[in-house]
Formats: sequence, C-alpha cells, structure tokens
Amino acid sequence: MAGGLGQGTGKSARTYAGLGVPLILPAWLIIGIFLVVPILIMLVYSFLTKEFRGGVIWEPTLAAYDQFFFDRGLFGDEPPKIEWTYILIFWRSIWQAGLATVLCLLIGFPTAWFIATRPPNSRTIWLFLITVPYWVNLLIRTISMKFLIRDNGPLNQWLLDAGLISEPIHVINTATAVQLGLFYSYLPFMVLPIYAAVERYNFALSEAAADLYASRWVTLTQVIIPSVKPGIIAGCILVFVPSLGAFLAPDLLGGAKNFMIGSLIEEQFKGAAGNWPFGAAAAMILLTMVLIVLIFYARSQARGAR
Amino acid sequence: MPDGNGTIAVDIDNVTKRYGDFTALRDVSLAIADNEFFTLLGPSGCGKTTLLRCIAGFEDISAGAIRLYGDPIAELPPNRRPVNTVFQQYALFPHMDITRNVMFGLLRLGKSESEARKRAGEVLELVQLTQFATRLPAQLSGGQQQRVALARALAPNPKVLLLDEPLSALDLKLRQAVRLELQQLQHETGITFIFVTHDQEEALTMSDRIAVISDGRVQQVGTARAIYEEPNNKFVADFIGETNLIDVAVAAIDGATATCTLPGGAQFTCPAASGAHSGQGHLSVRPERVSLTDPAQAPLSGTVSRLIYLGTDMHVDVTLADGETVTARVQNSADTTIPEKGQTVGLNFEAGAARLLVD
Ligand SMILES: Nc1ncnc2c1ncn2[C@@H]1O[C@H](COP(=O)(O)OP(=O)(O)OP(=O)(O)O)[C@@H](O)[C@H]1O
Ligand SMILES: [Mg+2]
Repeated sequence: MAGGLGQGTGKSARTYAGLGVPLILPAWLIIGIFLVVPILIMLVYSFLTKEFRGGVIWEPTLAAYDQFFFDRGLFGDEPPKIEWTYILIFWRSIWQAGLATVLCLLIGFPTAWFIATRPPNSRTIWLFLITVPYWVNLLIRTISMKFLIRDNGPLNQWLLDAGLISEPIHVINTATAVQLGLFYSYLPFMVLPIYAAVERYNFALSEAAADLYASRWVTLTQVIIPSVKPGIIAGCILVFVPSLGAFLAPDLLGGAKNFMIGSLIEEQFKGAAGNWPFGAAAAMILLTMVLIVLIFYARSQARGAR
Repeated sequence: MPDGNGTIAVDIDNVTKRYGDFTALRDVSLAIADNEFFTLLGPSGCGKTTLLRCIAGFEDISAGAIRLYGDPIAELPPNRRPVNTVFQQYALFPHMDITRNVMFGLLRLGKSESEARKRAGEVLELVQLTQFATRLPAQLSGGQQQRVALARALAPNPKVLLLDEPLSALDLKLRQAVRLELQQLQHETGITFIFVTHDQEEALTMSDRIAVISDGRVQQVGTARAIYEEPNNKFVADFIGETNLIDVAVAAIDGATATCTLPGGAQFTCPAASGAHSGQGHLSVRPERVSLTDPAQAPLSGTVSRLIYLGTDMHVDVTLADGETVTARVQNSADTTIPEKGQTVGLNFEAGAARLLVD
C-alpha cells in the first residue's frame, strides 16, 4: 500500500526507545536467571571431573570433550582414534531433525495456507482444532502413538481387517517411528507461524503476478514464498531446534538403535550411571550447533532487510 | 473516437456479474475501440473495479461474453490474457526492487534478463523514476509507487491497459501533470486504455469516450461533450457537472423535439433525449446557460434566495413559485448587474440549452 503511515520506523522508534527500558527489565531478568545462568553452569560443569555417583568434582579437565571426540581404548592409554559413536548419534539427530523439518514444511505450508484462506470465523475453528491435541502432555501422546503403531496395535489391525495388508507393518523401534513421532510433535510449530505470515499476505500480489503472465508455480515461488518467508523460517527453526534435542520420541518409539542427542544427554543426568560433565559437554556441543543455525538465519534476515 | 479503423479492442457483450444474490453488473454492453482512451466513470461502489476485474480475468462473469479483438476470453486465465492492470492499491511486489518489479512481466513472457532490464530502464525513464530503480517499493512515496505500477503494467506492451483509479493517491498538482503524461503516453504507445475514475473532471479532460455507470448499469456512453451537453437521463445530467432539473408536463414529443409546459404555465419547445415520453418529465438546464432577465418577459420567474460568490462567477439561486430552486451561473464582469437577495427576477434560457430527460 501507499507509504506514509507506518513507514516511519526512524524517528518514532528512537523517541520511544527510552520508554522500553523499565518495561523490558523483567524479561531481561527472567532470561538472565533462567537461561544465561544455567547455560553458564553447564559450560563450567562440562570442564569438571565426573563423580561416580553423579555430580562433579571441582577439578578442571577436558576429559568430557575428549571422551566425546576420541577413543583411547578401554584403559585410556592407547593412542587416540576418532570416536564415531557420538558423532554418529549427532549426525543421526541432525538428519532426523532435518527430515522432520522438511516433512513439517511440506505438510504444514499447505495446511497453513488452507486455514489462512478460509473465511475469518472458520479460521478460528481450524486453528483451535490444530491446537487441541497439544493440550495433552507430549509424553502421553507419544506413548499413545507407540500403542497405535505397534505390530499388533489398532492401526495394523485396521489395515489387516480392511484387507489392505496381509501382515503387520513393522514400524515401532525403527527410525521411521522416530520420524513419525517428531513430525507429529512439532507440526503445529510449523503451521502457526506460516499461518500468521499467510494471513498478512496481500492476495492482490498474486493477482498482480497472474496479470503479468506468471503461472501458478511462478507466483508461488517468486511472489508468495518470498512474501511469507519470515514465517517459513520461523517455523523451520521452531521445528528443527526442538527436534534436534528431542528425547521422548527416540526413547519411546525408536528403541536402542535410534538413539538421538537428547536421549544421550538425558542418560548422563539420570541415576547413578550418569556422567554430568559428559552430558554437559554434549549439551554444549548441541547448543553450539543450534547457535550456528540461528546465526545463519539472523544474517540472512539482515541481508533481506537491506 | 480515435483513428477509427473500426477495430473493436474489447467487446463487452451483455455482461452480468453476481456476487451471491447481489448483482454488481447488469447487462453491461460496451464496444471499446482499438487505440481508444475509454473511461468508466461512476460513483463509488457502482461496479467499475468489478468490470475491470472481469476483463482482466480475476472474476468469472455470471452471464454474457467478453471478446478481445474478436476472441472470446472467458476461458482464459488472467496470465494468458494480453491485458495488464494498474491496480487501485498498486500491488507492487514488496521484496523486489523497482527494476525487478518492472521486469517481472517481461521475464514471464520469455524475454532474456538483459532484454528485460533494458526495457525496464526505458519504461522507468518514461515515468521519470530512473533514479529510484534500485529502491524497494516501501521506500517510495504514494505517487512514485503509483508510477511504478504504471511502468510495470506498460513494460510488456499489452494490447489493452486497465487502469483502476491510478491517480487517486496523487495531490492535485501532480495529478494534473500525470493526466497529461498519461494521455501523451496513450497516444505514443497506441495502447487501448480503459481508465476507471470517479472524478468527472478527470474523465471529461482525458477520455475519447466515457461510459457513465451507476448501480451496475451503463447509463450513457459518449464523448465528454455528448455526455455533458446531451445527457440522457437524470442520473447522468446530475452526476456530470451541475444542472438544474426542472419539473415539466410534457404535452407531446415529435421525434427529438418535445413540447412541454414549464412551472408557471409557459409553453416551451426543446430537444428530447431518445426514450423520453410524454406526461411528467424533467428538463435539464446547465446553470451557465441560464440568464437573468426582466420577469415580465421570461418563461420562468422567482425570487433570489441565495447568492454564492465564486470569484470569476456568481451562483444565483432563484426559488420559483412552486418551491423549486433554479441556479443561474452569472459571470462576474463589470457590465453584469448582480441582483439582491429577495428580488424578483426572470430566468431565461434558449431552447437548445434545455433537454428533456428520460426519467
Ligand atoms: N467479492 C465481492 N463480494 C460481494 N460483493 C462485492 C465483491 N466485490 C465487490 N462487491 C460489491 O460490488 C459493488 C461494486 O464494487 P466495485 O469494487 O466494482 O466498485 P467501484 O465502482 O470500483 O467503487 P470504488 O470507486 O469505490 O472503487 C460494490 O457494491 C461492492 O460492495
Ligand atoms: Mg474500485
């Protein structure tokens, strides 16, 4: 639309910047106490020596990181080789989280588009329906899913009864089951931001594109997607980041062979068998990876804004 | 009508458009000539944008047909119609700079990147926006964005350009300048313009022909002069310029001439719009054609009820015996005598200045 109103981020933003300080203080306090301090504690713990009954001994060491990346034999006296176990777990996690993000995008974008193009009152109903399952705890939903997809669970039973398959599809305790779990857990985090972006999309732009000889595909890729890109990126981050650290889906649906970082870290802090510095180190490595993704995002945004 | 080799560019044939049980266009028929500057004029909500959207292909018509140079286009999606639109709200692509906005249509038509860039440069020069070529739409003023929208629609050299109130966001000065530019542009490019406005001055000054639309119906089609001087019905006479509508009793109609009785009893003979009938009717007389005279010799007389000073002119409202008011526009020069309020005056007009309307 015509410029004028709403264009002036310049002067007014500066004038009101001072007012924000007292208002934003609680937010800063919460972020400080519940986010920055715990991360710092973890950072410190990752450089401490492990105590066998859980907990730490206050002796600085790189042992946790060393254990993550290098294999020095059973007694720790052999020349170091690369330790693939954990790198493999990380790689599997990235792959699973990436795949979940792509699947959520493929299903979430059309869903969000569908909802955003309904008449206003039915939009609310659709959004409500999307969020209804999320009122139930994730643990319970994941266990229900486990029950549903078991070899002799209702899903297989229905398919058998309907004659669509002759023997049960084995899904439980496979990577596919984990994927299904991740996809299901985080789909709304894709749908909601894209919905918000599509709702603000000016549909006259699609008409303008068609008027200028663009096919539907060109309109989608060159006009619609660039316009709703912030929503898509936000959705991808909101799905990718928690998927990367997820432990419920891999634990409950994946079995021992489909371990992901989240489960690895969880193990280290559970009971007497744990290794706090190692868990902290793995968490720090995960955090670093997530931060790299976010920095990429921030930079692409900054470039777009110019 | 221009050049007039007789080709019809856009043939709108009995088009009806319904939204649910609301009828936005009723039996609209218009034949727009090739190379014509054709204006759709009407009050807000009369269906101008709807008609443009039907031509561009954004709306399906409920009945009738639209032909482009003889070819029916009802089945063609908007991206296959050789028609471009300047949207009422511009609809510029916010994430593309001005040049890329203008290049968009050219690239879709298969032009190479360099060809498209060159053509975009030419068109931007035409609308005097060369120095803004690398800005984003949000970094331009409303008027500048409007010119980008024009450039973007012109770039692919469409056969027909649809312009939906393209000047409404401009201030008076700029609007007058762009009016001239648009007219010139239309002459230079030879593109058929279908121009929408609800500003009658804009319509009268720019168009080859005007269609006056009200309530989804075409009220009259003609040149600016024909519409102003020979309005068909009350709506057109009233909507275009100012007019006096005088109640008369029509005694007889003989071809295009009507004999009627003015309030006060004087007999009067004047041209009649086709379709006017005898009985009760309305005469339209423009205020500038009414002169003030001696009441004894005039066909109408009354008392001056209001004087409005307009600088070069003066509006004199005269209330007749039956309570109707007739306005005379008197030139403000040294030798006119301005009457006083309450004075009894006569009103005179030539037969050719009045017109019996279709009610
Ligand atoms: N999608 C729609 N659904 C229902 N009614 C509509 C729709 N679009 C337009 N109308 C109605 O059709 C009528 C004509 O609308 P249109 O936009 O063509 O008016 P317009 O002549 O362009 O007016 P303006 O000068 O204000 O732009 C209006 O009464 C409007 O409310
Ligand atoms: Mg309109």
